[in-house]
Amino acid sequence: MAWASPVIALALTLIFGMLLFAVLGVDPLRAVYIIFVEPLTTGFGRAEMVVKGTPLVLIAIGLSLGFRAGVWNIGAEGQLILGALAGTAAGLAVYPAEGLWVLPMMCLAGMAAGAAWAMIPAVLRIRFGANEILVSLMLVYVADLWLSVLVSGPLRDPDGFNFPETRLFTSSMILPPLFDGTRAHMGALAALAAVVIAWAVLRRHVFGFSLDLFGQAPRAAAFAGFSEARTVALTLGIGGALAGLAGVFEASLSAQLKPSLPVGYGFTAIIVAFLGRLHPVGILAGGALMALTYIGGEGAQLVLRLPAASISVFQGMLLFFLLGADVLTRYRLKPAGARTAPPDPAGVDPLSPATIGAAAGVVAAMQAGEGAAAPGGADGGGAGGV
Amino acid sequence: MDFSVLNPVAIAAALMVAATPLVFAALGELVVEKAGVLNLGVEGMMIIGAIAGFAAANEGGSLTFGVLAAMAAGAALASIFALFTQGLMSNQVATGLALTLFGLGLSAMLGQPYAGQKVPSFPRLDLPGLTDLPVIGRLIFGHDPLIYLSLALAVAIGWFLTRTRAGLTLRAVGENHDAAHAIGCGVARVRTLAILFGGACAGLGGAYLSLVAAPLWAEGMTAGRGWIALAIVVFASWKPGRVLIGAYLFGGVTIAQLNLQALGIAIESQYLSMTPYLATILVLVLISARGARSGAPGSLGKPFFASA
Amino acid sequence: MTDVLLRVDGVTKRFPGVVANRNVSFEVRAGEIHALLGENGAGKSTLVKMIYGLQSPDEGALHLRGAPFAPASPGEARSAGVGLVFQHFSLFEALTVAENVALGLPKDQAGRGLPQRIREVSKSYGLPLQPGRIVGDLSVGERQRVEIVRCLLQSPRLLIMDEPTSVLTPQEVDTLFATLRRLRDEGVAILYISHKLEEIRALCSAATILRGGEVVASCDPRQETAKALAEMMIGRGLAAPSGPAETSGDVRLALEDLSLPSASPFGTSLKNITLDLRAGEILGIAGVAGNGQDELMAALSGEARTAPGMIRLDGAPIGALGPMRRRRLGLNAAPEERLGHAAAPEMSLTGNAVLTARGTVGLAQGGWIGFARARRFAEGIVKTFDVRTAGVQHAARSLSGGNLQKYVIGRELRQNPKVFCVSQPTWGDDAGAALAIREALRALAEQGAAVLCISQDLDELMEISTRLAVIAGGRLSPPRPTGEITIEQIGLMMGGGHVAA
Repeated sequence: MAWASPVIALALTLIFGMLLFAVLGVDPLRAVYIIFVEPLTTGFGRAEMVVKGTPLVLIAIGLSLGFRAGVWNIGAEGQLILGALAGTAAGLAVYPAEGLWVLPMMCLAGMAAGAAWAMIPAVLRIRFGANEILVSLMLVYVADLWLSVLVSGPLRDPDGFNFPETRLFTSSMILPPLFDGTRAHMGALAALAAVVIAWAVLRRHVFGFSLDLFGQAPRAAAFAGFSEARTVALTLGIGGALAGLAGVFEASLSAQLKPSLPVGYGFTAIIVAFLGRLHPVGILAGGALMALTYIGGEGAQLVLRLPAASISVFQGMLLFFLLGADVLTRYRLKPAGARTAPPDPAGVDPLSPATIGAAAGVVAAMQAGEGAAAPGGADGGGAGGV
Repeated sequence: MDFSVLNPVAIAAALMVAATPLVFAALGELVVEKAGVLNLGVEGMMIIGAIAGFAAANEGGSLTFGVLAAMAAGAALASIFALFTQGLMSNQVATGLALTLFGLGLSAMLGQPYAGQKVPSFPRLDLPGLTDLPVIGRLIFGHDPLIYLSLALAVAIGWFLTRTRAGLTLRAVGENHDAAHAIGCGVARVRTLAILFGGACAGLGGAYLSLVAAPLWAEGMTAGRGWIALAIVVFASWKPGRVLIGAYLFGGVTIAQLNLQALGIAIESQYLSMTPYLATILVLVLISARGARSGAPGSLGKPFFASA
Repeated sequence: MTDVLLRVDGVTKRFPGVVANRNVSFEVRAGEIHALLGENGAGKSTLVKMIYGLQSPDEGALHLRGAPFAPASPGEARSAGVGLVFQHFSLFEALTVAENVALGLPKDQAGRGLPQRIREVSKSYGLPLQPGRIVGDLSVGERQRVEIVRCLLQSPRLLIMDEPTSVLTPQEVDTLFATLRRLRDEGVAILYISHKLEEIRALCSAATILRGGEVVASCDPRQETAKALAEMMIGRGLAAPSGPAETSGDVRLALEDLSLPSASPFGTSLKNITLDLRAGEILGIAGVAGNGQDELMAALSGEARTAPGMIRLDGAPIGALGPMRRRRLGLNAAPEERLGHAAAPEMSLTGNAVLTARGTVGLAQGGWIGFARARRFAEGIVKTFDVRTAGVQHAARSLSGGNLQKYVIGRELRQNPKVFCVSQPTWGDDAGAALAIREALRALAEQGAAVLCISQDLDELMEISTRLAVIAGGRLSPPRPTGEITIEQIGLMMGGGHVAA
């Protein structure tokens, strides 16, 4: 029943979104149609869903590993920018050489740079206990400014009349299309591969096991013999590498690097990760839905003259309702004393312990009424050090 | 290099203007965190305050009305957070992030008609004679009333937390919610009130940006100040007086960066613009390395389930 | 006798799936110390919470001085003259003594004169306190004084003490009893909750015994033997414990000048601990909570690392190894806190088997977990150690305390450790589970393993250990054979007396 709360959350978001549109004087039904339905009716819309879903799924998979373990990487947007920068720099460094090796080299450079950028919050947390939420987030602003410096300086197109943008990429630097005539590209396969690998690792591998353990009970994880420093470094590193890869894809897609490259995928991926219950398959579905709102949002911008940022109203609402629906559905689905068996073999709750793990405690508390015999304060989450 | 473009008194005044939104937002968050709640939605509440204040002042023509509207809007957004984290026990980190996303989007949507609009400007505290005193006069007097309010608020919160019974209860709830519950404090009620207060303060900080500092409305104009406010609370070790120091330091970095640009220092402006963010990281590292969490409320960020 | 102060009349309280109190009736008189006796889970705490306004009865009623009494909050209970000293202190470590006391008082009493009143009252009852000190810096005994003084400042007519001695040294217990007797003489009624029989016989003049949520007996404990009280409490005859075997095997685990700075500001650093743990023995470590037990356990399990030579297992230096490598070498541990430390609450029993046994009994190959094998391993534990659960797919949190402890200890023992370190092996368990766990520890020692048992329960240590040492202030006394040492001597050492010796 893990899908129940996303569905409820989506329905509530639609209802409240329509109310909001009505207040703003926009026909609610038309707005919902334009945002959520129209993109699905055209081939272009469906291809664009793949285009926008690819970075969202890639990044969300990486973030979900950390979120499971209570490592809050909020700076994927910055890691994406660094990936785009490094990938572009690597590709342009060999300009105008061509060959099949160029694109993989760019991808490796981008992943390395994204991971390195994510290592900053990782090292600062491990070494000094600095809160990774704030550090990774501050680094987004830094990365954004750095992108602006580099494309107006070292990476600027020498023949480009001083515009802050790089050369146009050679054909070797551009991802081959998945289907001819569309923008959907081979990067989607990388996203799918990430989903499959993450699924296997979370289901069966000791690393996946250790992530859930850290998220649920950090002391038990230490007792089990897992290193917190290693977990922090690995989850942030993997998250950064996947975000960096998404950055290379984005640069490759627009065939040049411009300051306008980052459009917020790194932040939206956080919602995708939660919407997908931090489960790889769920993330795939969540990524598709969020991609839809992006395309629909563009439509709404054109047709309804709504600002681009209004789409994040929907995204924020969706996340709210998801968090609320989680508690409510669990309350209904799991009466005390009749705990159902967790679905996967590890018996690991598929949901983020940090988000929801504590919910079991709430459930008990709600049932026993005020001041009940709930199991003691599950240390459900929170980045204590902020 | 032409140093004549630098006027120390004007720089000091600009510094205060840059710091004041941070003072409001960080003081509000300090109270919230003292009650044991981590609200990462400061950025969202600030920007909602910015647009609500601007819109209200623009439509109603009254700055007071604008400020009140901003506080109400910030508190309204905070009430969503309170409902989810205190009522539904959702995770505070995730809910705070949702609040920020929601606030940024909603403000962009609501603010669309207000781009390029104007609001009346704030009266300055102008005391004939005193304001005209050289240097001192301009440093102490001649600011807008909200700056004085922000300073008074820091004093008031310090007094409230250490000298009143309600403040003691709030600290108790933040320190150990199980013990507070056991002796009969209403944990959820205290926390909800703190969250609402924090929202009003963040809204006020946002309004200061759009009504005084800018004064105009631009999408995403808070530009990460809500997050910096969170860092300032850590920097301040949860002490109101140190919030002032922290906010003025950050304001100073911002102003220094602008003035260096004015001096025409041969460095890309972007590198200078990075300094507040890098300074935040540096401060976080220094604070965290110094004494880990000395001063952090014991129950910060942990959900409370009535279990007694 | 004097008049009835509190009358509990047919009180029933239900929680989902369990009846905590069923038709409980008894009376407490002014000027009497009345024991409420029962095992963990007998329903004592629920009853107390109802009297103190934290919960309300489903059926039945409370009467205070003849009038119906239904406090809706602790504040109401306090203003009606009921004071409660909690088992786990409801204190705020970062606040001062005066602030802590003020929080528990009505507004009009928490004014400026409070520090002075704290000084006076605490002194007059022999419980001296400095109002300006931060509670986090106080000893456990001092913290209890804060709680008691907080109650006394409101001149309670009924004082409830919930397991007050579980954290005190024997000498501190004497001081506490003197205070309680004096309060009784002043006409205060004291409801004294405990499962320690000797204490109750020494202190109380009436007792109500709870079992499974019901009143099973009332008596004058001074007229009963401890054995008779225990049988009333447990409901069946007690098997006499088999005495510990005397052995002098090879040294399996050696601690050599082990020092370890504490990781947390309120923790205790370990200082120069030297100890030989021999095959076939159970070595008990007594001590008041917070004297370095957690730190010692972390150093033994591998969660905290030391210089390699500070800890040796069969001669090999292991101080720098992590928990998994130590387990592979034959050193297993079971920390005090079961949920959240020894076991992950939300994970299934199978997942919790993987937690420590993944590397020792082949539950994971090349990093990939074999869940079928893990399930069989978990089922084996459940069967061998009689863990009551509906199946190994259920979350660890769904088990009762005693069953979870049997599972945790069983999980480690099934890995055939050469050395097993356990903290508070039976804390809070029902008598049956406690007996089973002690038997398992003895059996392990008889097979030639060495067992190190940290506990605050002196009776337990006297029963199962062959040698006994005391930890105080992060230092460990030299161990002595259990037969040659008295409770009084241990009590003195708990206060740090052995350090000079």
